This record gives sequence, structure tokens and C-alpha cells, in this order.
Amino acid sequence: MRELDVGRVSDAIAALAVDACCNLGEDVIRFLDQAIEREKSETGRDVLVQLLENARLAHDKRAPLCQDTGLAVVFLEVGQEVHFTGGDLETAVNEGVQRGYTNGYLRKSAVADPIGARKNTDDNTPAMLHTRIVPGDKVRVTLAPKGGGAENMSALAMLKPSQGRQGAIDFIVDTVSKAGSNACPPIIVGVGIGGTFEKVAYLAKHALLREVGSTNPDPRLAELEDEIERRCNLLGIGPAGLGGTITVMDVFVEELPAHIASMPVAVNIQCNSARHKRVIL
Amino acid sequence: MDRVITTPLTDELVESLHAGDRLLITGTLYTARDAAHKQLAELIDKGEPLPIDLKGQIIYFVGPTPARPGEVIGSAGPTTSGRMDAYSPRLLDLGLKGMIGKGSRNEAVRESLKRNKAVYMAATGGAAALLAQRITAAKVVAYEDLGPEAIRELRVKEFPVVVINDMYGADLYAEGRKKFERKEDS
Repeated sequence: MRELDVGRVSDAIAALAVDACCNLGEDVIRFLDQAIEREKSETGRDVLVQLLENARLAHDKRAPLCQDTGLAVVFLEVGQEVHFTGGDLETAVNEGVQRGYTNGYLRKSAVADPIGARKNTDDNTPAMLHTRIVPGDKVRVTLAPKGGGAENMSALAMLKPSQGRQGAIDFIVDTVSKAGSNACPPIIVGVGIGGTFEKVAYLAKHALLREVGSTNPDPRLAELEDEIERRCNLLGIGPAGLGGTITVMDVFVEELPAHIASMPVAVNIQCNSARHKRVIL
Repeated sequence: MDRVITTPLTDELVESLHAGDRLLITGTLYTARDAAHKQLAELIDKGEPLPIDLKGQIIYFVGPTPARPGEVIGSAGPTTSGRMDAYSPRLLDLGLKGMIGKGSRNEAVRESLKRNKAVYMAATGGAAALLAQRITAAKVVAYEDLGPEAIRELRVKEFPVVVINDMYGADLYAEGRKKFERKEDS
């Protein structure tokens, strides 16, 4: 058993919030850089140049890449040999979010009573926390700030098994088509397939943590990802939705077995400000 | 070639703007997003005066990050405009001449742009640090309690936008997409 003070989780999350919001991932920068060569629309290329300049500026000035610094989605993979001390874990996570967003000059975008008063919680809590117990004595902390624009264009469908692979692809491409310019393309498409209603949404979200340009180790899913990407890029939406050949940066699929009666598919869209940072404690 | 325009916008200026035009705006923008629009609409419905005079003005749909010490404003890129569709026609009827955001507008807003000789423009979503560089001054002028959603008066110098919907009914999103859309086997 390894003891770990929850204060270290708070510190890690506070630091990750600023790091994630101000520093675009190397994988996304690499993609944008190469996309400038491939994009056929001149306006589209200009948008990609602006996004790269923005990333450089944000890094140099420690300024948020996007004013929407999101809700704080936190993934904790907790080794089962870890014993947390010094307080309760969930409070520590929220304490980290509150500190990171306040001291880091990040925007607080959480409102309580969503269908009523919509009052800002003033510290960007609560974190959207996903905890998994895994083997080992380490804790892997991932923070993925998620903006509202692309999240709003995400969708979930309980499709009929008879709709099959083609039905799933059509639903995913249709979701990207409807997202259009709203989701700040070029986007990453996170797809969950199978499981139950709540699990499929989690899969789609978790899929977004993969590195842009990486290949799915399962050849069947790799092929599916390629087909979805190709179809999405035929839509013509392009960078910032102004028309172009590059709408999608990458498509990531995660899958689970489903109920004999069900074929759940979830599509979680990630805008070009694709932010997530990770640390192991 | 980017064209520099200055605020406030006049009928003549709006008449000369077309979907696809790239503009650099110098002058004043007012920020407002969901919560501020809701409050403005409530005042209009009650027949009460608004905290800002909208005549000839441009509203920028943005909720900036807090300014670091010594900075004018934090990062300040556009938010999705479609959420303001329910409110924008009422503001356009009061003389609002321009809006800056990202993402498409509904039929009612596009019709209102034609009727009121106004224009909808987009700034690049996700380029918030870059766009903030073009903001030279910012002050809260209404609804301070709304925090990031307060109405701010921004002074901007050569703020880059592209015209999406002009007063003639053109739509750059639809046109751009049509131009690059491909069928399966072409």
C-alpha cells in the first residue's frame, strides 16, 4: 500500500489546467502544420495559419488558446495499491480545479441550475470526474478542458442493430455535417460504440484523449476510423467552416460489446482547441 | 485584400459589404453573449431603455478570459452565434448594424439582416489569444455581475473578420461548403 496525500492531486490538477489551456499539444500542432500543405481552400489555409500563430502566441504569453477554457473533465486512473490521505479525493479534485482556474486567469464557465437561474458557480467546479481503479500504485491524472461549442454539437443515438455498420457511419457523418461551422473545425471526432447509454458517451469522450495521427491497434476499428474520416472530409465544411477539404483532424473509435437488443453510438466532437494534459503521481 | 472599416456602421458601408469580404475593423465593439442577450431582450419586452445605444453598433459574441495584471483583456475569441438567434432580430430592429461570432445563423436572423441593412461576420473560432492582440481597451459597461458574460465596450484596431451573411441574403458558410463538397466517387 502506498500513501498519497490528496493535496498532490489538487496541485497536479491546478497545474494541468493552466498547462492544458495555454499549450496546444504537439500532435495537433504537427497536424495543423501539415494540413496547410494539403488544404485546397485558400481561406481554409489562412485559418490554419491563424490557429498556428495563435498556438505560438498562447504558449509564449501563457495566455489561454481559447476564451472558452471549458468545464474541467478529469480522468483519474487510480492504482489499487494507493491509499489516499489528507482528505477526500473528490473535494481535492475540485479544489485543484478552483485553484487552477482562478490563479491561472482561466474563464469560469460553469453555471448552476442549468434550466433556471444559470448562476455561475464562480470557481468552475464541479469537475466532470471519471475515476477508474487500475492495477499498480500510481495515479494517472488527465485533465481535458472541454469547451461548449463543440460539446453542444455532440450526439448519442440508440440505433437499431439492423442499421449495422453503415447506419452507424451515417449517424456519425451526419452529426459532423450538422455541427458544421459551429464546432470550430478542423475537429476531432470521438466515437463510442456499444455498451449502455451512459457508457457509450464515456467511450466517445475518452476516445478524444488519443494522439492525433495515431493508428487504432485494432485493424477493424482502424479501417472504420479511416472510412469515417474520408466521408467527413468530403462534406466540404473546411477550417472554420468557410469551405475546404480538411474538416476533420482525426477520428477515434472506442468500442464495447452491446446488449443483444441495442446498438448505441455516441459522437463527441472536439474543436480545434484540442486540449488535454496528463501527469503520473 | 483585407479592407479596413471603421465603426459605427452606416447604411452606405453595409451596402458595400458582401459575403466573403475580409475586413479589419477599427473602432468600438460591444461584447454580449447568452446571459446579456437574455437581459436585453427582457428590457425590450418591457419597453424599457437599454444600457447601451445600439444604433450603428457591432455586437461581438464573446466571453473573454480574465485579464492578467497589466493586460487589457484575456483571450477573446468568438462563441457560437446560433444561441443568440432567438434575440438578435429584436436588437437589429433597434438599429444594431453588425454582429461578430462563429457558426451559422437561422432564417429569421438572415431575413432581419436584409430588412435592417445589417451584416453578420465571423472571427476565427479558436484563435482567441491572437484576436485579443487587436483589442486595445476594454471596460465593463453593463451587467458586471455576469462576470465573463458582462457587456464590455472594446476598442479594437484592425480586428480581423470575414463577412458571412450580407444584407443581400448571401451566406458564405453555405457557398464555401458547396464549393468543396464532394460525392463518394468523384
